[in-house]
Amino acid sequence: MSSKGRQAVIIGAATSDYPLLPDMSEHAVHGQAADRALADAGLTLADVDGFASTGFFPMYAIGVAEYLGLHPTYYDETHAGGASFEVLAEHAAYAIEAGAVDVVLITYGSVQLSQMGRRLGTGGGGGAAAFAPGPAIYDALWGNTLVGNYALAARRHMHQFGTTAEQLAAVAVTMREHAHSNPQAQERDPITVEDVLSSRLVADPLHKLDCCVISDGGGACVMTTAERAADLDVTPIYVLGAAHATTHAMNLSSMPDLTVSPAAQCGPLAFRRAGIGPADVDVAQLYDSFTITVVLTVEDLGFCAKGDGGAFVDHGGLGLGGRLPTNTDGGGLSACHPGMRGMFLIVEAVRQLRGEGGVTQVPDAKIAVAHGTGGMLSTGATLVLGTEAP
Amino acid sequence: MTDAATPTTDARPPKPRPAPVPDHDSAPYWQALHDGKLLVQRCQDCHEAQLYPRDRCLACRGPVAWEEASGRGTVYSFTVIRQNYVRPFRDLIPYVVGLIELEEGPRIMSNVIDCDPDDVQVGMAVRATFEVVSDDAGIALFVPDT
Repeated sequence: MSSKGRQAVIIGAATSDYPLLPDMSEHAVHGQAADRALADAGLTLADVDGFASTGFFPMYAIGVAEYLGLHPTYYDETHAGGASFEVLAEHAAYAIEAGAVDVVLITYGSVQLSQMGRRLGTGGGGGAAAFAPGPAIYDALWGNTLVGNYALAARRHMHQFGTTAEQLAAVAVTMREHAHSNPQAQERDPITVEDVLSSRLVADPLHKLDCCVISDGGGACVMTTAERAADLDVTPIYVLGAAHATTHAMNLSSMPDLTVSPAAQCGPLAFRRAGIGPADVDVAQLYDSFTITVVLTVEDLGFCAKGDGGAFVDHGGLGLGGRLPTNTDGGGLSACHPGMRGMFLIVEAVRQLRGEGGVTQVPDAKIAVAHGTGGMLSTGATLVLGTEAP
Repeated sequence: MTDAATPTTDARPPKPRPAPVPDHDSAPYWQALHDGKLLVQRCQDCHEAQLYPRDRCLACRGPVAWEEASGRGTVYSFTVIRQNYVRPFRDLIPYVVGLIELEEGPRIMSNVIDCDPDDVQVGMAVRATFEVVSDDAGIALFVPDT
């Protein structure tokens, strides 16, 4: 990303065990992921001078640093829901390139499935609760759910562009195809469009199989300078460009256009900063909380025109050999979604760019995009990563 | 937690709808709804209408004044909620959550009631009906405007 001197790179990336961790604390998941990412980078905690994470209460990252015994001189716990980890990586890149920090560890950990059950989508979290602080009350009085918010966007997209339930279902089918090759994935049995459409409706027009799984799990990555990476036995992945944006918080009624996510702002900005365009991307890791999330994201990032997302994802458009191979680990729809999946997007993007993608490796992948989406389509954050220095 | 969408039988008395806690920005809005009126804010400088209530105009930061809305609007989008474990809503399943575009311009979330959820459509005309939810607050629900 830097035009002079220091260039930020990712040198370590790993997931924790997933999708079910009944015997681990949330902080232990952070720790396991951190150990693996640092080992991947050939470093130890003693090499880390910067730390970033985020969770659901204030000073969360500070607490994880304490748990790990870190005393960092750079920390960040920006909370953007599912997009948080792309934002944290962008911030880390700036700080590294500015010379404020040398080695940043970013971790994520969650035991949502074991400790909360499946409450996030429809059981009290994410907008289903009657209590909401301040202005969040305005959309909190109607019994809407997290799934319901995305359903409202899906319905509007269908109305405006003729997007079909079959096209949305195609996203889930492709993610399951990829998950079939991922031995860790939560759901691996192949599904058809008909399976998605015949799964029960949770919030019309979204069926159960239009919704992500709910999991335990975490991940971590390690960032430093290209110069430092040259002294290590690693394949550095370059941060070519990054950007983030928001249009609203928990009130979907404040979203200007339900068919346009914040990716429409941060996607083009990230590509411009990277000096490339959507056509240069070999593999994408796109937040897939729901099938509609992916349709909006491919449009907003510029992989197709607004309104053409349904046709773009249909007929294996996101599959290996498709228009845009996406979520090669099976995504949140099938592999793992512990609440804020953004870190998994970074880890899988790095694996692909290193050629470590296994059965779902995209041949000769040189440029990857990781795009997180958080809240009620509230936040977006795009990372453009590459195998070669910009 | 079961996987079934259908709530278990609940012998407890019905739980009332949640009530908002009015604050400095919103108290006149909730009080008006309590009294059967839907208000919007109008900027005194640029004349844009807005909701939810704020201290200043969203478009230009000008001063805002309250005005009564017609209560009429159209469905911008909607969903039929078929799974929600939170009371009292789980007892109302299936019900419609809609985003309503008011005649005056602002978009608000509410429930579309008094009709079969399967009959609701994007673009459908609706009008407000009011329900008191506390001593100092009401809410606007919407019914088909035929």
